[in-house]
Amino acid sequence: MTREIAVVAFVQTRHRTREDGLSEVEMLAPVITEIKERTGVNRFGFTCSGSCDYLAGTPFAFVQALDAVGAWPPISESHVEMDAAWALYEAYVRLLHDDIDTALVYGFGKPSQGDFREVMTQQLDPYYLAPLGPDQVSLAALQARAHMERAGAKEDDLRAVAARARAAGRDNPFALHLDDPAPDEDYEVAPLRPYDIAPTTDGAAAIVLAAGDKARELCERPAWITGIDHRADAHGLGARDLSRSESTRVAGERAGARGVEVAELHAQFTHEELILREALGLGDDVTVNPSGGAMTANTVMAAGLVRIGEAAARIHDGTAGKVLGHASSGPCLQQNLVCVMEGEPRG
Amino acid sequence: MPSSPNHVLEFPGGYTRSVGPVIGRFLSELRDGRLMGVRTAAGRVLVPPTEYDPDNGAAVTDEWVEVGPVCTVESWSWVPNPRRTHPLDRPFAWALIRPDGADTALLHALDMGVHEPGAGPPKQLRTGLRVRPKWRAERGGHIGDIECFRPEVTMINAPTRLEYELRPGKALDRFLEGISQGRILGHRCPVCEQVIVPMKGLCPKDGVPTAEEVELPGTGTVTTFAVNNIPDPRAPEVPFVSAYVLLDGAGMTMLALVAGIPADQVRMGMRVRAAWRPREEWGRTMDNIRWFEPIDEPDVPFDQIKDYL
Ligand SMILES: [Zn+2]
Repeated sequence: MTREIAVVAFVQTRHRTREDGLSEVEMLAPVITEIKERTGVNRFGFTCSGSCDYLAGTPFAFVQALDAVGAWPPISESHVEMDAAWALYEAYVRLLHDDIDTALVYGFGKPSQGDFREVMTQQLDPYYLAPLGPDQVSLAALQARAHMERAGAKEDDLRAVAARARAAGRDNPFALHLDDPAPDEDYEVAPLRPYDIAPTTDGAAAIVLAAGDKARELCERPAWITGIDHRADAHGLGARDLSRSESTRVAGERAGARGVEVAELHAQFTHEELILREALGLGDDVTVNPSGGAMTANTVMAAGLVRIGEAAARIHDGTAGKVLGHASSGPCLQQNLVCVMEGEPRG
Repeated sequence: MPSSPNHVLEFPGGYTRSVGPVIGRFLSELRDGRLMGVRTAAGRVLVPPTEYDPDNGAAVTDEWVEVGPVCTVESWSWVPNPRRTHPLDRPFAWALIRPDGADTALLHALDMGVHEPGAGPPKQLRTGLRVRPKWRAERGGHIGDIECFRPEVTMINAPTRLEYELRPGKALDRFLEGISQGRILGHRCPVCEQVIVPMKGLCPKDGVPTAEEVELPGTGTVTTFAVNNIPDPRAPEVPFVSAYVLLDGAGMTMLALVAGIPADQVRMGMRVRAAWRPREEWGRTMDNIRWFEPIDEPDVPFDQIKDYL
């Protein structure tokens, strides 16, 4: 009864700390062009995007990005004010309706145009948190401490996460190529040091989803979505156990994370990777973030979609049979999405 | 981020929001200087209150509970360089703070006192720290009616000062006279023939008066020592070394500072020399000798100093 739906193509920009001189549309257009060329599809049954107007400081900034897609004759289109991984979820649900075969999903962000930490403060609840002005890194550091004190992790364990991510990122032509973390860096916000914090980057990414035979037609080895789920924890940071990610645990369980070979985790801080590994029950036999992850390119509003794309690419190139893409949104891993994909034959 | 933006997103005068009965009650109580929580149907007390139970989304009850004012820090982050939007302009902590009587925590700033910009987290700051709110004098029903939290009082500092005019006694007076002239004087005991420095006018071993003056050189040997990690105004830095120094020719050690060498390299048997302050700074005080410094001579074997520990 459930339709088979797969990721059939994935394209991303070379993420940069600052995309000088390009508008969001100019940044996005080559990605859309490339994914159309790669799939040979010019018109999609559904189009859905993820972005954040506060990054550009302009209401309905996402509407302008439609110029990159080509919206005439009129297309069926939607937008989420979140990471584009949630746009992919919407497109997936739309494809389940059984009357269209393809969907285009894209996300983009140019955080370099403003003070990203202050932009993120605006997403906090307006009564108890936003008026105090806490920034994203200060809040993440609270979670890092809570996790370290419960799990016994040390600052060296965090640095090891950064070192591994950066080493992997240097092998990824789309990521930033960062030096190994220096052990003597001062705290940014204790217990986090600058290398514990993902570098925000400008960029864009796109994915094409297709259903059934259309997927087999567009892609030699489609990455079939066998489970996808997203969950949210309480917004109030003091109302949940910050040392764990219960929403990731539930989403992972319902999406069928058990047995994946590769996991791309949307960890924007080193300790988040430790929390996510624990929540998803990933053992040492699972390859985590072979792309370098968000720690080497945190393209805001696209980094979660990139995780799904990178994971799918391991199916496309035949190096893995079952993979997991994870996306996160909100303060301290508040919302989490888990997408499990498998190659053929399906098991 | 450019320092002079070419585009600003702003709601002049602020964004007006209605707060509803639950948040409104909490903020009204804050304005009156009280911390209140609301009870869920499951019995938990939420602070700050929400209209729903975060566990299951069920509406909260009408039961309000006064909580705090003492609270416990459940997690914290230390901001060495505050940002423009932060509530304090000097290093402080963000903390999740659970008031006594509440089952959840609220986020607020925790003031740990005055620290230099860039300072590391203070030792007293830890999960479990007991804190209390500092209320603003003028409150308006706003989370900022609590200016910040501060640690509970666990220590006080009471200034103490009594004034004296000490008279050192004849022997010490004579010793300090020598010191004020750059000389180290001792007494030789007529019975045991040991030289006692600083002299006391009698031999502590034999209990007989002493009067024969002997001038000693400023060189000697460290017999034993201690590494001190608590700052002292007389010492050059922390850690510093206080040592027993057996002056050459003396039969008794003197307590003195040892400097000019890393604390972990001071050793028993090390040869040292008095480092005098510049002559124009001398007075009738042992401070004329700033401390003892190592000299380039072989260490004295333990056997020769073992009786002076
Ligand atoms: Zn004697």
